[in-house]
Amino acid sequence: MQNPIQRPRVVITGIGLTAPNGNTLSEFRQALLDGKSGIQEYEIRYFGKTLAGICNFDPLKYQKKKDVRRGTRAGSIGVYCAHEAIQDSALDWENVDKSRVGVYVGITEHGNVETENEVYNISQFNYDCSIWTHHHNPRTVANNPAGEINLNMGITGPHITLGAACAAGNCGLAHGCQMLWLDECDVAICGGVSESIHTFGIFAGFNSQGALAKSDNPATACRPFDKDRTGIVVSEGGCLFTVERLDDALARGAKIYAEIVGFASNTDATDFVLPNAERQAQCVEMAIRRAGIEKNQIDIVSAHATGTSSGDAVECEGLRSVFENCPNVRFNGAKGHIGHCMGAAAALELAGNIPSFTDGLIHPAINVDNLDPDCDIFGQLVLNKPERRDSVNYILNNSFGMLGINSSVIVKKWQGE
Amino acid sequence: MTPAEIREAVLNILEDITPDEDLTQLKDDVPFREQLELDSMDFLDIVMELRKRYRIQIPEDEYKNLITMDSTVKYLTPKMEEL
Repeated sequence: MQNPIQRPRVVITGIGLTAPNGNTLSEFRQALLDGKSGIQEYEIRYFGKTLAGICNFDPLKYQKKKDVRRGTRAGSIGVYCAHEAIQDSALDWENVDKSRVGVYVGITEHGNVETENEVYNISQFNYDCSIWTHHHNPRTVANNPAGEINLNMGITGPHITLGAACAAGNCGLAHGCQMLWLDECDVAICGGVSESIHTFGIFAGFNSQGALAKSDNPATACRPFDKDRTGIVVSEGGCLFTVERLDDALARGAKIYAEIVGFASNTDATDFVLPNAERQAQCVEMAIRRAGIEKNQIDIVSAHATGTSSGDAVECEGLRSVFENCPNVRFNGAKGHIGHCMGAAAALELAGNIPSFTDGLIHPAINVDNLDPDCDIFGQLVLNKPERRDSVNYILNNSFGMLGINSSVIVKKWQGE
Repeated sequence: MTPAEIREAVLNILEDITPDEDLTQLKDDVPFREQLELDSMDFLDIVMELRKRYRIQIPEDEYKNLITMDSTVKYLTPKMEEL
């Protein structure tokens, strides 16, 4: 990364994830290539029948029943992903100095699930607040999803969650890198998680906003870039990366998935919910500048593309302004497969593209029967079936969120020194 | 409720609070915390569940009566015998 201060190079050495269509990177990757949807019919208190992406990982793989009961769904997702990310990194975990491990977890929101549950519970007791659970505060403090990971894994280094709306997965990863730069830790477990499908409020909110997908067919309900897209499918999920300084990774002979060579974040400062193409483009260009590469060197741009009418069109307008005359660049998205995994979305979508470095395939955006002309990006969107490339060297991962938060991360294929 | 029924009610609560434990070997005269992985938050769960399920209010200075199954049943009997 080109920066005025000499910063250590940082690499991804482990990936742990759960998505609505896979509980390991290889399962998830295959599902993305096969166009396999993870969206199901779903029913939630008050809101009723809807659609959602639901994960089916086994929380008891790494937690006791009591810990699952006492903690939160976001905590369980985080614990699962963190264990998987550490195992995948092949770190000698027993002998890792746990005081030098930092946990940085992006979230879109936290606490709504537990608060809704407790309000419902006391409603069954004539709103008697003495019934309100004493577990409420440790479940709803904003650091809960990260803190449960540290508690479970005996990690005594720092932990924090980063509230960054739907850009949270990128922001968690970026924060992990920054903490490695600052020597605050030697190993960062970072990315994002979401438990959002367990709050009726998020469904009701998107519905009131006219942004919730409606379809009789769960598998085709979310259709970013398509002319007939109807909105977002809310999903849960998680993806955490093991990130280390390059020198440390090389010294222990680690498998290296990718080098993190650039990231950027900025703010629209124009609207609570409506995106801003110009500001998104500025964010993308800042990340490219920081990576010290030319735009046309990028092979894959993973679009945020949630499937809303205005969001996709505005994002594509921004991408067209950045990537004009960049014939090498291809664009894709994963929300047609898995819906919007909120705090986990960015991290999952980056993880889902990283295997392109080794298999040479670009997974498609699916469910695009009629490409919306407003979403066309110079005919360079990969739609409905994978595209094979001779090589993939750079991936740019976009993720944007409410209150105008934008984020872009660029990773580079590791090809040795 | 009879003392036997109260014991069963407490046992049901313990099953929910300590789902990883085998309660079939629970000794009624030995403190819960010597036999089960129970911390202060779990202990509060017993109090909370008695409140929710049976509307039993237990003042904080009387928590000490909930040390063993025997002491718990003895303490709860006058509060629950009319239920």
